[in-house]
Amino acid sequence: ASRVMVASRNYADFASEATFEIKKCDLHRLEEGPSTTAVMTREEGLHYYKTMQTIRRMELKSDQLYKQKIIRGFCHLYDGQEACCVGLEVAIKPTDHVITAYRAHGFTYARGVPVREILAELTGRKGGCVKGKGGSMHMYTKNFYGGNGIVGAQVPLGAGIALACKYFGKNEVCLTLYGDGAANQGQIFETYNMAALWKLPCVFICENNRYGMGTSVERAAASTDYYKRGDFIPGLRVDGMDVLCVREAAKFATEYCRAGKGPILMELQTYRYHGHSMSDPGISYRTREEIQEVRSKSDPITLLKDRMVNTNLASIEELKEIDVAVRKEIEEAAQFATTDPEPPLEELGNHIYFNEPPFEVRGPNQWIKYKSVS
Amino acid sequence: QVTVRDALNQALDEELERDERVFLLGEEVAQYDGAYKISRGLWKKYGDKRVIDTPISEMGFAGIAVGAAMVWLRPVCEFMTFNFSMQAIDQVINSAAKTCYMSAGSIAVPIVFRGPNGASAGVAAQHSQCFAAWYGHCPGLKVVSPWSSEDAKGLLKASIRDDNPVVMLENELLYGVPFEMSEQAQSKDFIVPIGKAKIERQGTHVTLVSHSRPVGHCLEAAAVLAKEGVECEVINLRTIRPMDIEAVEASVVKTNHLVTVEGGWPQFGVGAEICARIMEGSAFNYLDAPAVRVTGADVPMPYAKILEDNCIPQVKDIIFAVKKTLNI
Repeated sequence: ASRVMVASRNYADFASEATFEIKKCDLHRLEEGPSTTAVMTREEGLHYYKTMQTIRRMELKSDQLYKQKIIRGFCHLYDGQEACCVGLEVAIKPTDHVITAYRAHGFTYARGVPVREILAELTGRKGGCVKGKGGSMHMYTKNFYGGNGIVGAQVPLGAGIALACKYFGKNEVCLTLYGDGAANQGQIFETYNMAALWKLPCVFICENNRYGMGTSVERAAASTDYYKRGDFIPGLRVDGMDVLCVREAAKFATEYCRAGKGPILMELQTYRYHGHSMSDPGISYRTREEIQEVRSKSDPITLLKDRMVNTNLASIEELKEIDVAVRKEIEEAAQFATTDPEPPLEELGNHIYFNEPPFEVRGPNQWIKYKSVS
Repeated sequence: QVTVRDALNQALDEELERDERVFLLGEEVAQYDGAYKISRGLWKKYGDKRVIDTPISEMGFAGIAVGAAMVWLRPVCEFMTFNFSMQAIDQVINSAAKTCYMSAGSIAVPIVFRGPNGASAGVAAQHSQCFAAWYGHCPGLKVVSPWSSEDAKGLLKASIRDDNPVVMLENELLYGVPFEMSEQAQSKDFIVPIGKAKIERQGTHVTLVSHSRPVGHCLEAAAVLAKEGVECEVINLRTIRPMDIEAVEASVVKTNHLVTVEGGWPQFGVGAEICARIMEGSAFNYLDAPAVRVTGADVPMPYAKILEDNCIPQVKDIIFAVKKTLNI
């Protein structure tokens, strides 16, 4: 149920904001949790919608390009999980920090990298956000530290970023994400310990999409209450398919950290429509029925759309127009990503080091040398 | 005269003072004054924020250090010995070494990993491995290996000031050894440049190339051989990566004979790399005999003294190798 608050000024007959009931979070070592109601303005709704839709279409375009063999190697798609990265991004500041694992395209976009630079990085062109040097799993931008290929390794890194935030005293926090599969990595428990000991402003976030590659959570974890796995670290379990739920929980969690109380842990319950990667059809360990059920009952974009239409924050036509605009943007980005040239061979040796005078790098034999410029 | 330990301590003190972004973390570095007392007095002087005791969580704290470096802190991450760095090697290689390249230069990792490396005395197999070849293998890292106090101080300062991940391989048996330190070396801005070898002794008959503690053995061997009329040129590599192969080549052109000396195992070692590069370069034509390697014995380090002594390159082994290559 939702209640509409009629604003004093209506633009083209729309409401300017509405209040929604959101699912209560399960709490661990916390007396109170995030609010169970969320206010969303029309502008916010349209922004969340457009962002999630852009990510959705970008990932589907990546699927297409991969099947055409224009994208190579590993490609881990985020469709279904859009509410997580968007809900998190709108709850934090641009000066906060984010680090995640390899299912990173959605975060890369949310943190400000244009779609064309993401797709061009996937297709390995010089216009890619890291000039074709990184690929799907290694995209970076300001205050976004990837994109990390080694499962779990990004978690200590995130706590280190949080340590720097505390060291510099700038009241910034670091969102440190990992999946349900990574949640069993030893280094994560080492990190929980140090983050709690030193009260680091680190928000640990487990994106639980129920499967670590082909292994369901029940087969991988003795305890699937990921929000409790931080033990002495307070935790909350959040509906990751609801962008408002994620937003409110993230606001709560970042406030906790900014107050100097130490780390906190959020488990976002979410779902990926694709398999683990493009090599995995995703139906050997789960049923098509399950995937279909999530799509029809819990799709984050549909959820938002229904909410906005039902509360007169937007019309179906208006949202369709956004869909059309998004498709156009993705098409143009894909066009760029397939026509931009590959990086020049001369750049092969660049960026081995930072702030270093140029030197020579050996190629496949002693006569082939590349110049390395930093 | 300054011991290597005191030289390292001075370097840390000076760099902590000079740049507030520098901090030290590791097991026992703060309140215990350092497992090998390298960081003696620093916690007292700089406090909890700059000198941090960690739990026994190498992978975790190495990763935390790398993360901090990505936001432009300048951590010095101590491994109590480099044997324990194997727990954290993924963070050193995949998170630290490769990130600048993967991010096309947008993220730097100005970190120093330091600690004792290689054989000690009676600490047996799991505590005696040399990691020069392992870390020296990886592009994106710099790897330094000091011998003297001047090396230790100058290289540590240079490593801390370098914007790249540096692995500094110290040696526990050298910590207590005193060396002469020049006036210049005692100044607060004294740096030993990374990537440049030093000729510790000039010679004409054979080139001895080494790094870390074996440099001292090479000089001892050279002193003995000099009495027999053989003049050895002793090169202290100082840096494993990027290696100053030009210094070795120039020396081989002069002496026509090459012996490499290292503490690590022979297969795929530092000496193997030097020999390969000499073969590929102009100096090959100046060799009068095949290049020869003196290394640690190809076994895990045993405990009993007689066994351990025969697993590390001794002065007599170096002399024997020199005489073999000179055919005398």
